[in-house]
This record gives sequence, C-alpha cells and structure tokens, in this order.
Amino acid sequence: MNLEPVPQLLVFGVFVGALYGVAAVGLALVFGVMRVLNVAHGELLMIGGYASFWLFTLWRVDPFVSLLATAPILFVMGLALNGGLFSHVVRLDEETKIKNSLLIGFGLALILQNLAIQLWTADERSVTAAYSGLGLQLFGIVFPYTRLGGLAAALLGIFALHVFLQRTYVGKSIRATAEDWEAAELAGVSVRSVYLITFALGSALAGVAGTLVSVGFTIAPSIGLTWTIKALVVVVLAGLGNVFGVFAAGVLLGVAEALSVLAIGPAYREVVGLALFLVVLLLRPQGLFGAR
Amino acid sequence: MLRPLLLLLGLAVAALVPFMTQRTDALNLLFLLLLYITLGQSWNIVGGFVGQTNLGHAAFFGTGALVARGLWTSGVAFPLAFLAGGVAAAAAGIVVGLPTFRLRGAYFAIGTLAVGEGLRITIGNVFPLITTLPVALIATYDLSARYYLALGLAVATTLAAYLLLRSRVSLGMLAIREDEEAAQATGVNPLRHKLAALIISSFFAGLAGSTFAFHQVGYYPSAPFSPIWTFDALLVTFIGGAGSLAGPILGAAFYTVIREVLAVNLVQVHQVIFGTLFIIVVLALPGGLVDAWARVERRFRPAGRR
Repeated sequence: MNLEPVPQLLVFGVFVGALYGVAAVGLALVFGVMRVLNVAHGELLMIGGYASFWLFTLWRVDPFVSLLATAPILFVMGLALNGGLFSHVVRLDEETKIKNSLLIGFGLALILQNLAIQLWTADERSVTAAYSGLGLQLFGIVFPYTRLGGLAAALLGIFALHVFLQRTYVGKSIRATAEDWEAAELAGVSVRSVYLITFALGSALAGVAGTLVSVGFTIAPSIGLTWTIKALVVVVLAGLGNVFGVFAAGVLLGVAEALSVLAIGPAYREVVGLALFLVVLLLRPQGLFGAR
Repeated sequence: MLRPLLLLLGLAVAALVPFMTQRTDALNLLFLLLLYITLGQSWNIVGGFVGQTNLGHAAFFGTGALVARGLWTSGVAFPLAFLAGGVAAAAAGIVVGLPTFRLRGAYFAIGTLAVGEGLRITIGNVFPLITTLPVALIATYDLSARYYLALGLAVATTLAAYLLLRSRVSLGMLAIREDEEAAQATGVNPLRHKLAALIISSFFAGLAGSTFAFHQVGYYPSAPFSPIWTFDALLVTFIGGAGSLAGPILGAAFYTVIREVLAVNLVQVHQVIFGTLFIIVVLALPGGLVDAWARVERRFRPAGRR
C-alpha cells in the first residue's frame, strides 16, 4: 500500500470531520436536552447552506461573514418550529416522544426538501469565493483556505457554545434541564423556555454547519438526510453530555472515512464508518465520551 | 376488531379486481397499496408488538429485492428466487439484530437507521448500474400476476402477524414493549424475543422486496434500500395504529390513496401538502386511525350495549 497520501488524507479527514462535528452538536443538544429526535436537522442545515449561497450570489457577501446572518435566521426558524410543532410532543412519555418527534421530523423534512426544490430547483450549488481553490502548502500538504476557514469557524462555534452552556444562567438552566427536568422545574427553571431556546440553538448550529457545507462542498435540496444520518452517527459515537466530545467524535469519523478510502477503496467508505459505529456501540454503549 | 365476514368480502373483491379493470394505473396503485400493507404489517411486528423503533426496515426490503432479482435474472425459477429473497433478508435480520438490540430506545432507532443507510450507499457503489429485465421476461410481463403475488403476500403477512399475536411468544413481546425490566424479571428473555420478532419481520420485508423485484422492469439496485421505504412502512403503521392488526391495512389504504390523489391534482406541491397533512395527523391522532375509530365508536355506542 502506498502511504504517501496519508498525511493529506488525514488533514482532509479532519476538515470534513469538523463539519460532521458542528452538524452533530446541534442535534446532540436537542436530543440530549429535549429527548426529541429531529430527523429534519439535515434539512435545516440545507436551508442554512442556501441562505449563504444566496447572500453570496445576490450581494457578494463573504460566506464566512454570512454566518452572522444564517445563524440568526435559523435561530428564528427554530423558535417557530418548536412553538408550532415540537413543543406539542415534549410532554409525552419518552418512547412516544421519540416516535412522534421522528414522525413530525419526517413530515417536516418532506416539506422543507420539496419547498427548496420549488424555490431553488434541484440543482447542486456551492459558494465559490475569490479564494476558493487557493491554499497554503506546508510540508507538501495542501491546506485550502476555505477548509481552514471552515475549521476555524467550527472550532469558534463549538467553543462559544461551550462557554455559553458553562458560564451563562441560561446555559446552566439548559444543562440542569438535561439532567433532570423535574428537578430543574422545581428549582425555578422555566422548562418550556429552555426547550424553546435549546431547539432554536440547535437549529442555529445546523445553519452554521450549512454555511460551512456551502463553501467547498455542495448543497442541494436532497442533502438533508445524508447529513442527518452523519450527525446521528456522530451523536451516538460520542455519547451525550459533552460538547467537545461530540466534536471529537465528528473528527474521528471524518478521519476514519478518509483513511479507509486508501485502505479498502472508496466503494466501501461508508462501511468503515458503520463498522466503527457498531464496534463502539458494542464495546461502549454510552458512547466514547458519554458520562453514565 | 377484525370482523371475519367483512374481511372475506374484502378479500373476494380484491381477488376479482383484475377481472373488473384492465387499467394499469389502477392495478399499479393497488399493487403498491398491497405492498405497503406487507411492509407496514412486517414493520409492526418489531415496532408495534415489541415496541422497538426499527429504522432499518429498508435494508431487509432491499436485501430481498437484491437477492431475488439477482437469482431470477440469472435463470433461477421465480418462486425459488422469491423465497430466497425472504430467507436472505431474515439472515440479514439476525446479523443486524445481534449488535443493534444491545441498544435501547432512540439509540436503537439511530443504530438501525445508520446500518440501513450504510448498506444503501455501499450497494449503490458496488452495483452502480440499473437492473433491467431481460427481453424474454418483458415480453411475457403480466401485471395481474404481480397483483396476485402482492395480494397473497399481504394476506400471508397479516395472517402471520395474527397467528403470532395469538401465540404464547407474543405475550413476552408485548411485555417487553410495556416494560423491558419487568418482563426480564418475570423470566422473559428480551434479546431472544426481539430477535424472533425481527427474523419474522425481516423475512416478510424480504419477500416484499422479492415482489418489488418481480414488479419493476428497471431500477437501481440501491433504490429499494432507500430510507423512504422504512419511513413509508413506519408512516403506514402509525397512521393506522401501531400494535394492531388492522392498523397497517387502514394506514396503507389511507396513505397510498391520499398521496395519489394529491399527486394527481397538485403535481408541483403535492409533497409539501402531504407532509403538512401528515404532521396534522400525527399531532391530532396520536393513536392512529384505529384508536380514533375506537373513540368515535365508544361515544356513539348506546349505553348498556357492548
């Protein structure tokens, strides 16, 4: 086996994995706090990607600057979706809640995907900024600027979320609700508003991931499910309870997929991610970084 | 709930349909409806009886289609290929079930979804070319044969679910659905019951796949692995009412007919309307059509009569 491309593959694996991480953190937040499985997470990501695409195409807004718009747009969308749909299922018992949220998420995914087709056609799009295609070259490894920017934005977003959850009053009440919502409610936390904010935050993170996907990767109305599943796999790999753990699991999956292309060929790339997933589940059902 | 006379009448009508109409669109729609009954009924065995939300149902449907199509087009007699599809899917059920049944609740759902998707993408990579029926088979293509196969399979699957529900094993399955720890404490082996349910479920899902392979003239081998089949099976079951025998039948009828009506009348936006309608059904009728009907019946039943 020729090992020459390994460092380059590793680097690209990290870049892709960081994206998996951001996509998964939003989902993990919603799932961990509300116990709601939002299978339309990837569709929210897709909408974030389109927001950046149109901001760039119509007004030449730099994709990384457009994060300042996509995150708030998706935050507001999350508020509306929680108020209109998911707030109706959060009070059900756990099993029913998961099933009903699945079904609602599926209906929502269907709606968003087909609206996107109607509004923006089924074409594949991506943002091509002036610096796309350019990159740093270090030790014979290429670091494209768009991917570096994506990694930086991802790390910044994860770090901001961590600080928010650890340091602010709202963040602390979110964590308290995740641990025991009844106790949190008795202690004076408004669980209703916590759920609302959590869902909106999760959606905003999907928007951020969508922007990062639109730079250097492609967006289309149909990409939602693929990203939802990647995010779900990462969430299970990581286990709940730790923002950085989710991010690390994303990077791990990205690297494992990238290296497997070399080891057994691109046709079986998904099998490696899957095998990793099943092995982790068998050995550590609580996830790699999960607390139990 | 299942009234025998009404059921026999319905079956008789269903058996006569190909004599009453030659319209291929009507027969194809009914074929799909029957296929959805099988998919829903088989999903219900794991999802409704044992209460495990299996999101990898398409993997078994796809496996059945892949094996049956492969054998059939390479010269094996169809009945044999048909059965082989079911057996292969049941074997896949064991392979998938052993690791994923270690997971509980939402984690099981996510695990099976990931397994199904991984399989779909891999099949798409390994078999990238469309599979088309050989000319000789197209020349003798008979839609009513497909219709009867789907009808027979839907009846067989419903019967299997009925017999399962009447058996002793199902008590263990229902107990696991209600409370796994309590079931285990009373001597029910959860893994064995879950696996048994999944083997039956995947066997019939595989046969549905064989039927799909028998019906379609040309398709991508990865198409029957699409998660759409899983979600359709799940939707059909939940719209009708999970855990009941009538649920998947009612759900399949409601689902296919509404979707067809919307598709014909609102070509551009029918998926959007359908999604909206679907969410309304989930929010308004959490127990499905069977449950809603039972509530209506209770309200209008004269006092003192049962």
